[in-house]
Amino acid sequence: MITVLAVQFTVAAVAPLLFRMWGRNAFYALAAVPAASFLWLLLQHGAVYSGAGAVTEVIPWVPGLKLEFAFRLDPLAWVMSLLVLGVGALVLVYCARYFGRKDQDLGGFGAQLLAFAGAMFGLVVADDLLLLFIFWELTTILSYLLIGFARTRLAARRSALQALMVTTAGGLAMLVGLIMLGYSAGTYRMSAILAEAPALVTGPASGIVAAAVVLILVGAISKSALVPFHFWLPGAMAAPTPVSAYLHAAAMVKAGIYLVARLAPGFSETPYWQSIVLGLGLATMLVGGYRALRQTDIKLILAYGTVSQLGFLTMVVGLGTPDAALAGLSMLLAHGLFKATLFLVVGIIDHQSGTRDVRQLSGVFRSSRALGIVAAIGAASMAGVPLLAGFVAKESVLEAFVHHASAGDTWSMVVLAGIVLGSVLTFAYSARFMWGAFAVKPGIEPTPFKAVRPSFLAAPALLSLLTIVYGLWPAPVDAWVQPYAALFASTAADAGTAAEQAGHLALWHGLTPALGLTALTFALGLAMHFGRTLVERAQSRVPGWIDGDRFYQLSIGALDDTAVWITGRTQRGSLYFYLSVILSMAFALPLTAMLLAGKPLPTDLYFIDPFSPLQPVVGAAIVIGALAAVKANRRFLAVLMVSVTGYGIALMFALQGAPDLALTQMLVETIILVAFVLAMRSLPAELRDRTGGRYRVVRVIIGAAFGVTMVFAAIYAMGARVAAPVSLEFPQLAYEGGGGLNIVNVTLVDIRAWDTFGEISVLALAATGVASLIFVRGRGDRLRVSATVAEGSVGRQSAADPGSREAASLAISRKFAASAQDAWIVAGRTLAPERRSIIFEVVTRLIFHSLIIFSLYLLLAGHNLPGGGFAGGLTAGLALAIRYLAGGRFELREATPVGAGTLLGIGLATAAASGVVPLLLGGQVFQTAIIELWLPVFGDIKFVTSTIFDIGVYTVVVGLVLDVLRSLGSEIDEHFDEHEAEPAPDSLVEDVMAGAVSADGHEPLGLTTEPIVKGQG
Amino acid sequence: MSVNLTLLIVMGALYACGIYLILERSLTRVLLGLMLLTNATNLLILTTGGYAGLAPFFNKDTGADEYADPLPQALILTSIVISFAVTAFMLGIIYRTWVLARQDEIQDDIEDLRVAETPRFDAEDDAPIPAETSEFPLTMLGSDGSGISDHADHAESGESVVAGAKKIPAADAAAEEQPGSRNVNPGPEGGVK
Repeated sequence: MITVLAVQFTVAAVAPLLFRMWGRNAFYALAAVPAASFLWLLLQHGAVYSGAGAVTEVIPWVPGLKLEFAFRLDPLAWVMSLLVLGVGALVLVYCARYFGRKDQDLGGFGAQLLAFAGAMFGLVVADDLLLLFIFWELTTILSYLLIGFARTRLAARRSALQALMVTTAGGLAMLVGLIMLGYSAGTYRMSAILAEAPALVTGPASGIVAAAVVLILVGAISKSALVPFHFWLPGAMAAPTPVSAYLHAAAMVKAGIYLVARLAPGFSETPYWQSIVLGLGLATMLVGGYRALRQTDIKLILAYGTVSQLGFLTMVVGLGTPDAALAGLSMLLAHGLFKATLFLVVGIIDHQSGTRDVRQLSGVFRSSRALGIVAAIGAASMAGVPLLAGFVAKESVLEAFVHHASAGDTWSMVVLAGIVLGSVLTFAYSARFMWGAFAVKPGIEPTPFKAVRPSFLAAPALLSLLTIVYGLWPAPVDAWVQPYAALFASTAADAGTAAEQAGHLALWHGLTPALGLTALTFALGLAMHFGRTLVERAQSRVPGWIDGDRFYQLSIGALDDTAVWITGRTQRGSLYFYLSVILSMAFALPLTAMLLAGKPLPTDLYFIDPFSPLQPVVGAAIVIGALAAVKANRRFLAVLMVSVTGYGIALMFALQGAPDLALTQMLVETIILVAFVLAMRSLPAELRDRTGGRYRVVRVIIGAAFGVTMVFAAIYAMGARVAAPVSLEFPQLAYEGGGGLNIVNVTLVDIRAWDTFGEISVLALAATGVASLIFVRGRGDRLRVSATVAEGSVGRQSAADPGSREAASLAISRKFAASAQDAWIVAGRTLAPERRSIIFEVVTRLIFHSLIIFSLYLLLAGHNLPGGGFAGGLTAGLALAIRYLAGGRFELREATPVGAGTLLGIGLATAAASGVVPLLLGGQVFQTAIIELWLPVFGDIKFVTSTIFDIGVYTVVVGLVLDVLRSLGSEIDEHFDEHEAEPAPDSLVEDVMAGAVSADGHEPLGLTTEPIVKGQG
Repeated sequence: MSVNLTLLIVMGALYACGIYLILERSLTRVLLGLMLLTNATNLLILTTGGYAGLAPFFNKDTGADEYADPLPQALILTSIVISFAVTAFMLGIIYRTWVLARQDEIQDDIEDLRVAETPRFDAEDDAPIPAETSEFPLTMLGSDGSGISDHADHAESGESVVAGAKKIPAADAAAEEQPGSRNVNPGPEGGVK
């Protein structure tokens, strides 16, 4: 079996190649595969029907999940396989003439069809519930692809998707049911589960088993298109007709029937089985038959007929008595034969005449008598006319249901009456099909019909021949099915042998009630056919019943609407909304958890630290600063207030015993202040509060609640701490391992060097980010040197109104600046005179070098004293900021001959080298060595290699500050100057920018803040 | 361990103010809120060090527990400098937003608004299909099915469908499948007119 499967799938995989070589005739090669498998199947007959009663093959797959390739060919699987492989081969043969020589994509189509045959075979021989499910879903997916073969047609795409959605939805329910069943049984092997089914059904887990069976039946009825899922099958008629013939008549839709048949011996006694199988089956049989009579497309007549027959088959195989089991499988085979025949005939009619509409077809029988005879045999078998397979099988079915109804309860009488009514409808639509397809209709032109080639007709002709043989000589079928029917046989002493209980298939049973019912069926069916105009009139008066397809459309539409509605409500595009939700969760969940846990607060809480009693005072200042920042409605006031909190925090660090932190925080706050002023000078001074109104209350609540939650979370978290801090080891580690006295610095450059390395990488990234946001193209490492810049050209103000105070002060400043003899700073002369401040220039001259030296001192001394790479780098950055503020962008350019990008790169490289070099020398990454040596003048020197890492940190920080200054400072300056130089109203973005500022009635900040900053110096 | 309530209350106040500011529309206020949150978090980490102590400079005669805890300090030091970098980056964003859109405000995302207005009509799902009674007229037209487009009919017939809250031509609804929808018009300053 595994070999057979493997061959099917392998050939399917190479099928596209075959089509490239042989064109449509490659279908013959593909047909050979199921045909050969069919022969193999016949050879297995002996093994299946004698001795063990089944052929079994097992290969372990995932033992941990109890998943295995378990296959079992028992009589039921064997009978199903006859249909799957036999009809599969014939349909492939038929395809070779159905498709044109030039049709596109036949390779993929052939591959899918063959793979489908393989999957279907796998489905019927699988003995493992999960393996069955895998094949089940494979058939679903392949059916989706095959229905959607004509992918440029909307109808095909939509029907394919609909079939996929319905059958996978059922498949998912089935998967749950299969797992429940396998779990309660303790095994997924179907043969084992069925063997212990009686114990399961009555055992402690009977409720679960009953639910599992219902879920599995949901899968089966969705696949077999029973009410309420029946609508997808007529929709699937958008598929090419051979696909309809195979998938939607003979194979895939039978999967549900197969599953019912497979489970029936064990589970037909579970509580809901009979009502589902008989109730839905009967409803489907009647709905399908009724709707088949309304169709004008002969393919749709067959499709609704198939729906009807599937309901019929489900009832029979699900009934759970030996005679019904025998009748069910016989009917299944008969149906496969005649329905495939009829679909193939429809394909031929469509192919030769170009229509399937009964209102256009006329006189086809005269054009092709052979086709008409083949079709008549199929339709007669469908209607149950004697001597054919359909008659034999249907007789047996009626026999079974008469026997079932003989118990005398109302329900079984209703079922019997329903079956008879359904058979009448079947007869009527069979007649309608024959009449619609072949009859000569008055008033319609005879349909032009191309001659049918024998090779095209071969497959349906062979199938109808089998229908006749089966009808005349039912004994072989009877023999094939008897072992399956015996599974239902009662073991009571007086019940007789299994074969006696099941009865036999035969053409002539004598004058039985079943024969009477058949006669009644024919009479009524003929009456319906000849009174078809009356029937049609009656049907057109009945309003459209509940239309499953419409219902499907509505539910999918409703699903779409719900999705859009929910997305529209939750994804509102508002950051405020998202943050509110996130932050509300962030306090609501921990707060709830803390309240529910109800733990007492830790006892050792204190307000005043005995080692640092000033903290509350500083804390009050910080809180006031923060509140003022919230209230402030001027931009720079708000920034200043935030700085107050920042400086306050620095003080708090100092009070807590963290001089390094205090130093770094001070420096950072200062540089941030400068950066803020530089970046914000073009924005309006007002900070308008547009998120006012009712949102303000929400914000207050979220903010306050978040703050309170954080306080309590911190109290509980810290109160829960019991272990000694790991940092108690740090002083010793720092001194002995790191060779430094400053424990924090050694922690940064040695103990946690990896962490710091990550951090400086982030710094480099952020610096690059700032530069790219401002410069947009490149990072502006090439600024002209100051020597090439004209004197007093930078930041020149346009002349004020003559006679005003501003004009006077402008004139004075220009005069003073022009009289300066010696340059205090290199590029001071490039600035416009009104922008220069002589005091600032002098001070800069005096302190710049001292600051740089001090920063180097901080860097090198940092290992033992307060300082380190961060503080040193920030100090150097501050020195550069002063140079920039005093002398403008060319001054900054002169102060830093190396670009910021280069500095960042060098810094990262240095830090990386200090990590890698020890590795090359046989140590570990970032390992530190302590080198002690004596130098003249300096005396004893103790050099720790982690200082090299710190130098890298220093360089990166300088690069960061430089990038900030050059981006937010120099480059924005340049934007302003360009604007001054070309005041064309609509030339550049900057124009728009400045124009907006003045239009709003605010002072252009760029022209006012710079002097202010200078004044501070 | 014992817990310093003063520091925690200051921290709570900073968190509250920071969150309040972050929920603002003005980008500058959001940045200020972020800075307050940074400060609050630094205080939180500082509090985990316990009592104030001696500055962490190694001295043989000092017991390990007499220093202020050096580990939180190292973490905070990292955090200070990183938050500086982030602040600078945010400043760059604010400036760039100003240059491009003259906005210091966070705009609602037009794409998200567009999703909320997605029409119920989906040509793939809902366009009416003419009944087809044969496979062969179609395949005779050529493999790509050109000339039998399902959409063309509606464009010509000028049908309209209900999409979200408004009626739009069926042709536009079909074009909804393509990028660049015509159904939502962004205003010059963002947002939907």
